[in-house]
Amino acid sequence: MTTTATRPKTNRASKTPGWRNHREHKSRIQWKGYLYVLPALIVFMAFLGVPLLQTAWYSLWDWNGLSAATWAGVANYAEIFTDPGLLGGFAHVGILIIFYALIPVSLALVLTVLMSRAARMRGASLFRSLLFLPQVVPTVVIASVWVSIYAPNGLLNQVIAVFGVHDPATAWLGTISTALPAVGMIGTWLGIGLCLVLFVSGVSSIPTELYESARLDGAGAVREFFSITLPGLRGHIAVALTLTATTALKSFDIVYVTTRGGPGTATTVPAYEIYNRAFGTNQVGSAAAIAIVLTAFILVITVAISKIQPKEPQE
Amino acid sequence: MKISRKNSAVAFAVGAMVIASATGCAPGSGNASAPVSASHSAVSKDVAAAGKVTLTVWDQNTDGGINAAQKKLNSEFEAKYPNVTINRVSRTFSDLKTTLKLALSSNTPPDVIQANQGYPDMGTFVQAGMLQDVNRYADAYGWNSRYPSALLDLNRFTPDGKTWHTGNLFGVSQTGEMVGVYYNKTLLSKLGLKAPTTLDELQSDMAAAKAAGVQALSFGNAEKTPGIHIFGTIQDATAGKKAVRDLVFNTGGKWTDPSTVSAAKTLADWTAKGYVSSGSSGVSQDAAAAAFGKGQSLFLVQGTWELATLDQALGKQVGFTVLNDPTSGQPATMGGEGLAWAVTGKAKQPDVAAAYIDFITNANASQVLVDTGNLPAVPPADWAPKTGSLEADIAAQWKKLNAADGLTPYLDYTTPTFFDTLTARAQNLIAGQDSPDAFTQALQTDYAAFQAKK
Repeated sequence: MTTTATRPKTNRASKTPGWRNHREHKSRIQWKGYLYVLPALIVFMAFLGVPLLQTAWYSLWDWNGLSAATWAGVANYAEIFTDPGLLGGFAHVGILIIFYALIPVSLALVLTVLMSRAARMRGASLFRSLLFLPQVVPTVVIASVWVSIYAPNGLLNQVIAVFGVHDPATAWLGTISTALPAVGMIGTWLGIGLCLVLFVSGVSSIPTELYESARLDGAGAVREFFSITLPGLRGHIAVALTLTATTALKSFDIVYVTTRGGPGTATTVPAYEIYNRAFGTNQVGSAAAIAIVLTAFILVITVAISKIQPKEPQE
Repeated sequence: MKISRKNSAVAFAVGAMVIASATGCAPGSGNASAPVSASHSAVSKDVAAAGKVTLTVWDQNTDGGINAAQKKLNSEFEAKYPNVTINRVSRTFSDLKTTLKLALSSNTPPDVIQANQGYPDMGTFVQAGMLQDVNRYADAYGWNSRYPSALLDLNRFTPDGKTWHTGNLFGVSQTGEMVGVYYNKTLLSKLGLKAPTTLDELQSDMAAAKAAGVQALSFGNAEKTPGIHIFGTIQDATAGKKAVRDLVFNTGGKWTDPSTVSAAKTLADWTAKGYVSSGSSGVSQDAAAAAFGKGQSLFLVQGTWELATLDQALGKQVGFTVLNDPTSGQPATMGGEGLAWAVTGKAKQPDVAAAYIDFITNANASQVLVDTGNLPAVPPADWAPKTGSLEADIAAQWKKLNAADGLTPYLDYTTPTFFDTLTARAQNLIAGQDSPDAFTQALQTDYAAFQAKK
């Protein structure tokens, strides 16, 4: 982050053979600038850089965490791409992204449109705080609440029973086919409020003249949404997607509390595997390798999402 | 732009490797301490003469009854030896498991810890030289005659930490545990049945309950460990104690042997017949125990750690039994002893640490444990709980089991990764996702990989 922020603009255009000249030119004036970045860089290196390097180093060893390690080379990485259990974990996280990121963002967009059409109402800020509440409550508490909602005699089955379906009561988190979607729905519930608060504040910053002129030109609600609201919210959508997708990718606490990766391996995710291997099964090297791959994965997805962010006007 | 980015990434990676390889050679090589057993001075049992000592103790005795016992024993020890201060750090089992490794690799580890038996924990600690063998203390305090050899063997490892169940003693335990079948006496007599002692009897009782519209078994497997207990109970009653011990201690046999496959088939059959709910992975073991405690089911397969809870819920209505080994007709079941109390490699005053361990496991300690509602590894000779109480059942079964040498080890001790493999696959088996053959094959694959590595 720090380094890209300080990267001089000139470097961006330097595809031509002349890029070397640019660089020399740059180095004459930039050194002083780096001094200002130095404190931030030191903090970054000490608390992020060094542990990251250490993790990368551990990932090349077969280590139980205590005794001397033996060199493993890339074996730990090879295992990630060959072990069906670990690959399954990455596949699960792909499904979780749908539940944690795509569904909340889409739903929140629909709700935003509805809400922005409502006339000014009282207590809007109260509703906003209520919607944001899931983000403030510790996820361990949220997960525990959902465990009881999903229980065979829990709230969900009671609601279903109202519609006449009594037997057999499903253990939503305990059934292989429903466990992952059930975990995902917790993420959806968590994410909607966050997205909605972001989008509602985003909509309020779109000039109302745009809507007025669109209506004068005879645009309907759908046209209005795709021509004004959606483009106007691009930045907010990118932020919401980044936040929720990262939450999905590193999801650990909800899985840990609700299913511990079970039933069977139906809800294993990489973050849980990292914890389990490092602290449970004495496979620190392998845990480190998964951590590195997961980090790379998160970076790639974040960069991909940032592509939908609107370009700054000066570029 | 592409070129410069790629270059900087390569430079970053190379730099990373250089820094990393310069700072540390192989991870963990700095930790390996010299074998501690080499030069022991003579054992001194005179704690008062040791001067002022602070003893840091990490235990997992957090539950009500056992916590009360530990507090009482600690204060008794401090009263007896005013020169000793006990610095107690108490954590739940899973918290202890995940933090102990880091604490042990520090320069100032605790003096006394509770180490879980088996390869994943105790074996790893021994291999890294982090525990002292306590053979000399066993001689000085007579631990070898205090405990049955089956219990002592669970705390033995070869000095390289690679072979369990033989070699040096690395600790002794305070409490005893066994998994068995709790039954509801009222429901049993209403159905005209009697408490089972064999797997066949248990199954015909469950069938009768089912036919009468009574839930046969309460089973909750959300925490995954109950899967070990229920499968192990069936395996003990199908394959017998010798076969199970051979498998877990890595001394012979295969997990795909017919008797173990047959045990898996029985468990799958229980799901098919509706004794075990296929959604049990979504029910916590506490919820299952609570349902049994409300009289909603006939049986509960669980460990003696539920004694206090079930006694409170059902009183004299609940009984406890252990199934027989098919080969000997004697009781055999999974269980053993609480975590071993061990002296760490870097303990400053190992003699004081050993005296403390002796104090909290001796005859007086057993009495304190009984008084606070626990099952001591070696119960007091005059222990006579009220007839007809759950405690009496458990006391009688424990004595019978030890007399018959019928304890089988927890199955997850088998390999460092066996807990994961077994619990996940047991959930699959119960859900009908894995066939009994696929289940046992997965266990065997894990087992073979560990043996190849040894």
